[in-house]
Amino acid sequence: MTTLAQRTTTAEAQAGLGFHLEALSLGYSRDLVLREIELEVVPGEVLVIVGSSGSGKSTLLRSLAGLLRPYSGRVLAGGAEVAATSGDRAMVFQDDGLLPWRTVRRNVELPLRIRRIPRRERAAAAHAWIGRVGLAGSEDKLPRELSGGMRQRVQLARALVGAPRAVLMDEPFGALDAQTRAQMQRLLLDVLRDTRATVVFVTHDVDEALLLADRVVVLERQGIRSVIEVPGPRDPDADRGELRARILEEL
Amino acid sequence: MGARRWSGVVKVASLLAAAGLWQLLTVTDARLWLTFDRLPTLDEIAGEAARRLATSVFYLDLLQSLVRILTGFGLAAVAGLAVGIAVARSPHTRDVVLPLLEALRPIPAIALVPVAILLFPTDEQGIVFITFVAAFFPIMVSTRHAVRALPTLWEDAVKTLGGGRRHVLWNVVLPGILPGLFGGLSVGMGVAWICVISAEMISGEFGVGYRTWQSYTLVDYPAVIVGMITIGLLGWLTSAAIELIGRKATRWLPRAEGSTA
Ligand SMILES: Nc1ncnc2c1ncn2[C@@H]1O[C@H](COP(=O)(O)OP(=O)(O)OP(=O)(O)O)[C@@H](O)[C@H]1O
Ligand SMILES: [Mg+2]
Repeated sequence: MTTLAQRTTTAEAQAGLGFHLEALSLGYSRDLVLREIELEVVPGEVLVIVGSSGSGKSTLLRSLAGLLRPYSGRVLAGGAEVAATSGDRAMVFQDDGLLPWRTVRRNVELPLRIRRIPRRERAAAAHAWIGRVGLAGSEDKLPRELSGGMRQRVQLARALVGAPRAVLMDEPFGALDAQTRAQMQRLLLDVLRDTRATVVFVTHDVDEALLLADRVVVLERQGIRSVIEVPGPRDPDADRGELRARILEEL
Repeated sequence: MGARRWSGVVKVASLLAAAGLWQLLTVTDARLWLTFDRLPTLDEIAGEAARRLATSVFYLDLLQSLVRILTGFGLAAVAGLAVGIAVARSPHTRDVVLPLLEALRPIPAIALVPVAILLFPTDEQGIVFITFVAAFFPIMVSTRHAVRALPTLWEDAVKTLGGGRRHVLWNVVLPGILPGLFGGLSVGMGVAWICVISAEMISGEFGVGYRTWQSYTLVDYPAVIVGMITIGLLGWLTSAAIELIGRKATRWLPRAEGSTA
């Protein structure tokens, strides 16, 4: 267990990758989706992105991951220009990103395998994470044998097991029932308290945004409409009526 | 009676009817427009089969043909897979290799027999070469299409987990193309048999194809039919093996639960 534990502490020591977006334009072939946006993602914060369908939330996340080259402008992660993908910036995909030929266990172990972490350690870490997302007992199932919500939780475990410095999450809890969703939100907050990883989180749910976010970015076609600070300790019972109304108005 | 069992009964009955018709035509030496008078009856064929099965030459032939096809096909599977992936994933390789392959593809492998004879020191290598060429193209083409049809999502997932090109190849491309690849392997095995048998008939000593053709020149018609049946069985067995391995390797494919497929 030592290697992974050490790895985790190293990750903690350097926790939280900051992002810096400079005059960033993103698009596909001819269409520009986002035009010259400027944004700072502070190390260790939870930045939630909301915006109507097609406003470019997934596009923005893909560029932070290094999956989409900017049309113009720059993306810096930890001060260095993002030129490619990295295990430091794990992503939870909106569509099911699990490898269908790998069991739950082997999907979750994948990032550790890529880092050549020894087999026994890999198995232990994967087992622990599968338990944390509430899927103990489903280790040997194939993705096709799981429900959509279960698959999303496997993706969550797979993204977090390698202790990345930033987690990019594209509507990760979209397919979950209210109760499991609340559980996963709590799990995510717990994990973040430990690792201080930076999170960029896309959601359509304003309440989820208010619960998780340090700041909420409202995206509209072509750009950022507004950035809203969410003050105070994260507390599911806090009254956020006023903020809520403001975000809904911006949307 | 279950639908399944009924379908089994129909299958057996259909085979029996065909065999009965053959027997009727050959016993009566039917000379319609087709002439059956020189073709052997079922009991002659069975007698010949029993005699052949007791000789060691039969098994030597079998072994020889199997070695040839498995060598040629095995090499074609490895090369077809490698070239198919390289051509689909590297534009540079595609520009260098593809025009050449597209120029060679329309030539039926069996037309390469003269070149093979000139090129290789022994007939044996020539036959394997022709088998290789025949199986290579369907495997390469199906690999190429399967790679191109892969959703980018899986590759993106592995990359964002820290994987590089090699990880993508091992963890996404190779497993992801298996369903398409096995289609190509099946077709490749089919044409490989055609070419092995034809090449054996043209050149070579030993081999099921050689023996069958030799029996014909010796006017031993029951032996010709036994040879044909042997070839058919070998082809069926190798296809069935590929089908079985393919199913095992692609168990993860979504399937309607409880469907018979
Ligand atoms: N691969 C692609 N090729 C071309 N255009 C694309 C591609 N992906 C997205 N787009 C376009 O970019 C725009 C933004 O898409 P994006 O997926 O980022 O939206 P989104 O905000 O994530 O929407 P949703 O809430 O529905 O997930 C859309 O107009 C879409 O048509
Ligand atoms: Mg999206």
